[in-house]
Amino acid sequence: MRSPDVNDVLLKVEGVSLAFGGIKALTDVSFDVRKGEVRAIIGPNGAGKTSMLNVINGFYHPHHGSITFKGKTRARMRPYEASRGGIARTFQNVALFRGMSALDNIMAGRTLKMQYGLFWQALRFGPALREEIEHRCRVEEIIDFLEIEAIRKVPVARLPYGLQKRVELGRALAMEPDLLLLDEPMAGMNLEEKEDMSRFIIEVNDYYGTTIALIEHDMAVVMDLSNRVVVLDHGVKIADGTPDEVKRNQAVIDAYLGVAH
Amino acid sequence: MVAFGQFVEILIGGLLSGVLYSLVALGFVLIFKASGVFNFAQGAMVLLAGLALVRSLDLLVANGFPFWSAVILGLAFAAAIMALTAWLVERFVLGPLVNQDGLTLFMSTIGATFVLEGVSQMVFGSDVYPLRLFPTDAWFLFESLFPGGILVNKLDVWGGLIAGILVAGLAVFFQRTSTGRALRAVADDHAAAQSVGIPISWIWFVVWLVAGLVALVAATVWGTKLGVQFSITFLALKALPVLIIGGFTSIPGAIVGGLIIGAGEKIAEAFLGPLIGGGIEYWFAYVLALAVLMVRPQGLFGERIIERI
Repeated sequence: MRSPDVNDVLLKVEGVSLAFGGIKALTDVSFDVRKGEVRAIIGPNGAGKTSMLNVINGFYHPHHGSITFKGKTRARMRPYEASRGGIARTFQNVALFRGMSALDNIMAGRTLKMQYGLFWQALRFGPALREEIEHRCRVEEIIDFLEIEAIRKVPVARLPYGLQKRVELGRALAMEPDLLLLDEPMAGMNLEEKEDMSRFIIEVNDYYGTTIALIEHDMAVVMDLSNRVVVLDHGVKIADGTPDEVKRNQAVIDAYLGVAH
Repeated sequence: MVAFGQFVEILIGGLLSGVLYSLVALGFVLIFKASGVFNFAQGAMVLLAGLALVRSLDLLVANGFPFWSAVILGLAFAAAIMALTAWLVERFVLGPLVNQDGLTLFMSTIGATFVLEGVSQMVFGSDVYPLRLFPTDAWFLFESLFPGGILVNKLDVWGGLIAGILVAGLAVFFQRTSTGRALRAVADDHAAAQSVGIPISWIWFVVWLVAGLVALVAATVWGTKLGVQFSITFLALKALPVLIIGGFTSIPGAIVGGLIIGAGEKIAEAFLGPLIGGGIEYWFAYVLALAVLMVRPQGLFGERIIERI
């Protein structure tokens, strides 16, 4: 695992608060993600982890605070800005395009890389055709990398859950993101699938140098994969540091085990 | 008993008129596939496209343009009107409703229907305007085999040809281009589509534009058949059973559904009509649709929607 440069901050979240009606999902949360690291966001159920990811890629708009991505500070991100700027993500409950094949799903991840417009595509002629072939080559590389050659033409709705998660990772990788957000990449997987997924995540980080922020419940996985961990509980940040520091933190232990306050 | 020659004539006539229903149904399928919205305004869009075409055509011909260049200009004008409509609908009706429930979107298209019907008649007039784009006479085939031959309307054949080309083109567009892929992606999952950077508003504009152009094609054929007039909007009601039989999400389904209804109602009229007093054509399609709903609610070609609970 590479050791990220401490000063090279890719994403910085400052004082973010988010509420749905009277429910406070996030309260004054600040942390940063350094270029090239694997950053884990952990916490008990309902801690606000997914809300945090939704704020980062613009699905939710925080009521207070700011998001600085690649040196540009915004009060709110928009989904289109986020994806254009190089933020890709996967979803907790697998949000694939269910009617489409694995290949088409991953090709959809290339949308922003395509330049030629509707007219040429409709004719399937000239530069648009060449472009389609180029993108197809890149997508085939990703398919090789994720070892899903055999299922590329299968409609994703028919694939087992573990493979669906892999296709979803492929779609995010097809965007060639600078920051990859993974929302519980191993949820619902058996041990073997978890090991595969861990290997892919490490390789993505190592080989492509992609910065990764992930949410995960499996503590063994989190401790193995991540450089630094931020812990949320009831929408409040209670700890931030290396896996070892976080593991020994009393507030974290209390939050996970539950104590009488 | 009806003679065999007459049966063939009824069957061919029915199938071809069924294709014309399919032309209208296609517009519904396109929008439903790409946004999950049942677009109540499709009939109004056929009226608008027809009026824009016939009125600009009349104006150009009256000013001395040769007929065919006037047709081309008129089609271009009508297409531009449909593009403008698509933009306005996306901007003011659907755009503000992203991520809302399907029923909400459906209600908003009912509103759009009344506005479109009103505005198009206010701008272009509300009379019956005859349109003469296709020949309306008939062929008589196999006169040596059957007494009197088999009557086939040329207009219906034109309609069939156009529908065939349209379906082939749309199938290629949906399956083979990256815009088509983006359309299917938006229909499947708004959030996921946004996360890979597919601009939803642009996609919706494209969908409504394509549906508008399909409405224009339908208007050229139906306008020639009936004249461009308000009652053309009722075609939307005839498209409904076509969609139920074929399935809301299937382009080939819209064609097959149209064929079944077209042929079914003509044959029922000819064979059952005399027994129960005629007029079957007006309700047969709906009974057929009801029967299909009971056996196969997703239609013959529709995607079966299984929800996990």
